[in-house]
Amino acid sequence: MKLHDYQRSILWALIVGGVAISLPLVAETYTLINATIYVSAAIFALSLALIWGYGGILCFGQAAFFGLGGYAYALTSINFGDTTLAIPIAVATATIFAVMLGYFLFYGRLGDVYLGVITLTVTLILFKLINSTAGDAYRVGKARLGGFNGIPNTPPLNWPFQPDHIATPGETYVAASVALVLLYAFCKWLLVTRFGRAVIAIRENEVRAELLGYNSRLVKLAIFSIGAAIAGLSGAVFATTVFVSPTMFSLGAAAQVLIWVIVGGLGTLVGPIIGSIVVQMLTSALGTVEWINPNFVLGVVLVAVVLVAPKGLMHVFELLKTVTRKKRLGPEESAHDQA
Amino acid sequence: MEFAITTLLNVLAAIANLALISSGLAVIFGMMRVINLAHGEFIMLGGFATIYAARMGINIWIAIFVVSPLFVAAVGYVLERLVIRHLYGRLVDTMLATWGLSLALIGAATMIFGNRVEGVAAPLGGVSIGQYSISLYGQVEVWVVLVLFAAGYLVLKYTEVGLVARATMQNPAMAASLGVNPSRVYSFTFCVGAALSGLAGGFLAPLSGVVPTMGVAYVARAFITVITGGLSILVGTALSSSLLATIGTVATLFTTPVVGDVVLLVAAIVLLRLLPKGITGSIFRGAP
Repeated sequence: MKLHDYQRSILWALIVGGVAISLPLVAETYTLINATIYVSAAIFALSLALIWGYGGILCFGQAAFFGLGGYAYALTSINFGDTTLAIPIAVATATIFAVMLGYFLFYGRLGDVYLGVITLTVTLILFKLINSTAGDAYRVGKARLGGFNGIPNTPPLNWPFQPDHIATPGETYVAASVALVLLYAFCKWLLVTRFGRAVIAIRENEVRAELLGYNSRLVKLAIFSIGAAIAGLSGAVFATTVFVSPTMFSLGAAAQVLIWVIVGGLGTLVGPIIGSIVVQMLTSALGTVEWINPNFVLGVVLVAVVLVAPKGLMHVFELLKTVTRKKRLGPEESAHDQA
Repeated sequence: MEFAITTLLNVLAAIANLALISSGLAVIFGMMRVINLAHGEFIMLGGFATIYAARMGINIWIAIFVVSPLFVAAVGYVLERLVIRHLYGRLVDTMLATWGLSLALIGAATMIFGNRVEGVAAPLGGVSIGQYSISLYGQVEVWVVLVLFAAGYLVLKYTEVGLVARATMQNPAMAASLGVNPSRVYSFTFCVGAALSGLAGGFLAPLSGVVPTMGVAYVARAFITVITGGLSILVGTALSSSLLATIGTVATLFTTPVVGDVVLLVAAIVLLRLLPKGITGSIFRGAP
């Protein structure tokens, strides 16, 4: 049976995911909690990989959706005493916010740069807003927003509709990993649908796509909102394991996800996922060295990647792969392969 | 009546403040099309320069108006030669690289100065109008900004330096064929922008204190102002600071400073929805 490229990628994802899911059999709780944080980061990276790498939408403020997802999860689950509805509400909150913001961005026809700056500004404003909610007056139902302290009693995940059956760290990790694999498969599939091809066409040449009859503003708004939904979910996953605080909206969070994507490789889905894991391992390893500030390292990495490998590490591999494949197949077939 | 006067003076000070923190960015973005996300950190460096200069016994006014701009211009020169000059014409990459610089500068400043607020006493006191009082320092800021913008206008419009700078920004290849060295003009312009940011930082140091992460608070507002202003750097920045600062101050008056900031931002986004090219891109075309 001949598989499509995207089907092969999904198959691989299922295999790798299957292996990754067996981690709880061997690992300790501490490792599992850390692994869940990595998975949440990978989902976060995937969301930006989709809208920046394929939609060409340079969203500097993806952290806004990450944070909104996290806070929506925390507030809903505290008020309901059950996390079942908290996850969909987290996704919905991020999506609705993205639709409203995206309307102004895309229907105002703002250029790349303005879009980047405005999304970043929105994130920083949210950061300030949440930071200033320290008093008793700021509460949503039973949940106190807690200002810069965040909400330390963010509830862990429980089994669907069984609030008394709290998921173990291993179960949470498995749920998060399954979500990552499914979302990856979803993105891969989305990109080969008519809609996905329109998204890529608009990235390549917006004017031409419009002349062919595509409503580029609507398509961009749609892909932006899908990306935001995924980012919202990643925030919720993060919140199940750690707890929500304004740092989810901080400049550091906003920068990190961009660095993951650009280090991994723009225009791929796997690259950013790998990038998120590699860069996080790097920063946590350097975090143990006391006199080095992690921001300093992230900044230098970002500058270096932009100057030396502006398309990311994945493209270095791709380049190597194309070179070897050309040797194997001869020029004609490889030209077909490229198309 | 007294309330009206103090409110008016406070609005003027807020406008001057917004214009001052945006001016360096306006030069670098408006003239060179370089998105400098390290703008806030330039302000932070200016603040530290003023505080350390004042502690070494240098007169506070000299620290603000001479030491800070020169120090930040020097830092800007080094960064332009090392990083920025490789990225001219690649708008998105300048944005990413300067963001990297921003993080690196925050990290470096935290390692050097530690993560605590440093301050210096504000010169001049307050003056009372009836039962209200306003800060004289804020009113000095208004005059500083007026002088800066007037000087900027005169330099750009009537001097050879301004002419060469404008010509190079419009068409570097043409300017080069007429004997101008574009690389030097770019480098010089970047230093001027950095110096203005440094001055802003120096001026803010006694007002707000200085901490390595302070830049974040300014970069968003500065960008929104410059973008809302549109193509023209002087008139655009002046108009958008006036508009946004007025809206922000009035909103702050009725609610809290944070809500004031949110209202400022929302106003800017709505404005950009109506005038996507900014105020001077859509209405006052061709202003300098």
